[in-house]
Amino acid sequence: MSKILMKGNEAVAEAAIRAGCRLYFAYPITPQSELIEYMAKMMPKVGGTFIQAESEIAAINMVYGAAGVGKRVMTSSSSPGISLKQEGISYMAGAELPAVIVNVQRGGPGLGDIQPAQGDYFQAVKGGGHGDYQLIVLAPSSVQEFADLAADAFDLADKYRNPVMILADGMLGQMMEPVEFKPAKTQEELDALANQHLSWCICPNADGDAKHHHEINSLELDPEILEKKVSKLYEKYAEVEKNEVRYETYNLSDDNEILCVAWGTAARVVKSAINELVAQGKSIGLVRPITCWPYPYEAIASAIGPKVKKVYVFELNSGQMVEDVMIAVNGKVPVDFWGKLGGIVFTPADIQAKLEACF
Amino acid sequence: MQVIAKRPETLTAEPFTYCPGCTHGIATRLIAEAIEEQGLINLMAGVAPVGCAVFAYKFFNFDMAEAAHGRAPAVATGMKRGRPNMHIFTYQGDGDLAAIGTAEIVHAANRGEHISVFFINNAIYGMTGGQMAPTTLAGMKTTTSPYGRNPEDIGYPIRMCELLSSLVAPYYIERVSLLSPGDILRAKKAVNKAIQYNKEERGFTFVELISTCPTNWGFDPDKAREWAKENMLPYYKLGVYRDKGAGVE
Repeated sequence: MSKILMKGNEAVAEAAIRAGCRLYFAYPITPQSELIEYMAKMMPKVGGTFIQAESEIAAINMVYGAAGVGKRVMTSSSSPGISLKQEGISYMAGAELPAVIVNVQRGGPGLGDIQPAQGDYFQAVKGGGHGDYQLIVLAPSSVQEFADLAADAFDLADKYRNPVMILADGMLGQMMEPVEFKPAKTQEELDALANQHLSWCICPNADGDAKHHHEINSLELDPEILEKKVSKLYEKYAEVEKNEVRYETYNLSDDNEILCVAWGTAARVVKSAINELVAQGKSIGLVRPITCWPYPYEAIASAIGPKVKKVYVFELNSGQMVEDVMIAVNGKVPVDFWGKLGGIVFTPADIQAKLEACF
Repeated sequence: MQVIAKRPETLTAEPFTYCPGCTHGIATRLIAEAIEEQGLINLMAGVAPVGCAVFAYKFFNFDMAEAAHGRAPAVATGMKRGRPNMHIFTYQGDGDLAAIGTAEIVHAANRGEHISVFFINNAIYGMTGGQMAPTTLAGMKTTTSPYGRNPEDIGYPIRMCELLSSLVAPYYIERVSLLSPGDILRAKKAVNKAIQYNKEERGFTFVELISTCPTNWGFDPDKAREWAKENMLPYYKLGVYRDKGAGVE
């Protein structure tokens, strides 16, 4: 299959359709509007459902309903809209519903601006809605990866019956890059997907079984039973942590004097800076978390080579993921942080200057 | 021995959690009977609200979803679009539907979603202990309108049938009451019609059921029914607001 030049917002939409998503509910917001527009154009062509909902709240609750009937479903938005969806996301985690939520982050807080930012890390990773729950959070750093992670997100959602968030940003959404898509699901595969959740989802009582009664629900007023239910969720999350941690390492070696940690768009810029400094004879490594939850704590801890004198974290926020890095490093070496705010993306020269000052 | 009355197959054996004398139980039963009579038990699914009927997902003997407060029409939209061969209804109270969920009901109706909505209007928040509802009558005292609802301050009660009737898409809208045996028989016909239209995929159907809340109104059930007849019915006029199947536009 040949490569196509596409915006990230369109690539993730196309990849979702190829992965068997036939239901999409969302509300327009910059910088993700190409995604909703792509779905509006393409869903009717593949016999799917597209609804422009009256609000982000309605959209996520339509997702709750469609996931409740056991079908692959997606919504997308950008930061302020994702805040509105948090109620529904908490309910979905509580009711153990699989779905994919794309956040094309922009600057905040509040209405902020429409430039790329990474300020929603805490919201995505530490629980943006109420109660004890976890989202699986995937962070792409290229248009290709944005598309690839869409298919993976649906598989993870279905495997663990849990909502999955793809945490991108305005840069990845708006940027055009060549992308190669996986083949679309065949009709046979689509039929299998449509029937994969019949043991628990809302579905016709095909056999007329008198005991057929599936409930999609997060309510439990008995505290002892609710405690058991939430504990069971955390047993599931432990499995996710065991099986699904993903990260990329770049230029890691025992000679590294600095270890960088960065995710998403920020990691791309850091890579460029590392390349420049490596050409000058310096040794700097990078760990790029791809799953922000489950977080690659062990990968970061074991990437701290014998000569590393500092772990340097770069984010497009005021310092959020750096807290997870500190947990991973656990005081072994100093952890430093530098970030840009307001939706400003730092340049390779910015990062290079910060890193050079460490030598 | 001849059985002359029994629980419909569409209800589980789960005891209702409604207060004694409350008309929620009648509404729940009427919906269950209609679904049984239309032969839809194996193809029906419902959405329970937050409010006095929060446990409706336990009462109906088919698949059910529990929605966040007010979001039932959006959840039902996702369910219907995801499994179009199923038939979907929501069961909602006045706080759920006419306050926190106003956007969801208006837009589900405006899209003409092929769902049925059963709206219990008893002019008060029952589950949380008798606070003011969007449908609380002018002058009516509740725990959050202790001096009586003052329309100058907080507005007049919302009439949902009239509001939804301003939209083009809805197929059937009727307001009935549960205040006497005759009223209940008329309500049964309306509920049956909504479920029948739902089965026939006619479009969006909406039945408002004027109900009582003896517990939070502070009346015995008889007095509550009388009070509702005298005070609610003049403001919430019963009747068919839309029935495209019978030429009422």
